[in-house]
Amino acid sequence: MKEKISIQITSDKLNLQTCYDFVQDDSCGGIASFVGTVRNTTKNKTVNKLVFSAYEPMAIKEMKRIAEKALLKFEINKIAIHHAVGNLLIGDVPVIITVSSAHRGAAFDACQYAIDTLKVTVPIWKKEHFDDGEVWVNSHP
Amino acid sequence: MIIEILFFGMARDIVNENKINLELNENKDVNFLVNLLEEKYPKFSSINSFSVAVNEEYVKKDIILKNNDTVAIIPPVSGG
Repeated sequence: MKEKISIQITSDKLNLQTCYDFVQDDSCGGIASFVGTVRNTTKNKTVNKLVFSAYEPMAIKEMKRIAEKALLKFEINKIAIHHAVGNLLIGDVPVIITVSSAHRGAAFDACQYAIDTLKVTVPIWKKEHFDDGEVWVNSHP
Repeated sequence: MIIEILFFGMARDIVNENKINLELNENKDVNFLVNLLEEKYPKFSSINSFSVAVNEEYVKKDIILKNNDTVAIIPPVSGG
């Protein structure tokens, strides 16, 4: 199952082409992708940057788990989940997910499942930096 | 027994440490450790909710700890 999954956490810039190329396959009729981008405001407050940190070995495990579950749950061929850590500015890309499948429905569904689950289970945190301070996202549910 | 404790996110800011080692008696569970942390770091209880991982797996807080376990304090995650 391993060659069907690409997982990465990196302080380098994420590369959409790399994720696309990993899942591209002649048997597939389509590739769905989700690209997360850093938004310039939170609740009408201007954001300067986000700082992402991870419990890296566990985050890798949890991302693999999501990918393995997606392969079991949906009729998909391959999946890539890459996440960035460190300082990210407005418009930068903290996460990329690509999924290939024979038919488009499964790729869309798996892509949505992967990003939704990542946001709940993967030990990665972001801190929003404003002009007048900083705050951990989700730290006050 | 010795337990390594890792702090992440807002927990790291509150205790001002990345990791610490604590000596514990045998047969103590995660709840016991959390109470100990709350005594050691009074602000620790200001974290509304957090999960705990032992050796990189999420666990329930009644799990019994073993020598050389690595316990991670995991505040609400916010990846993506």
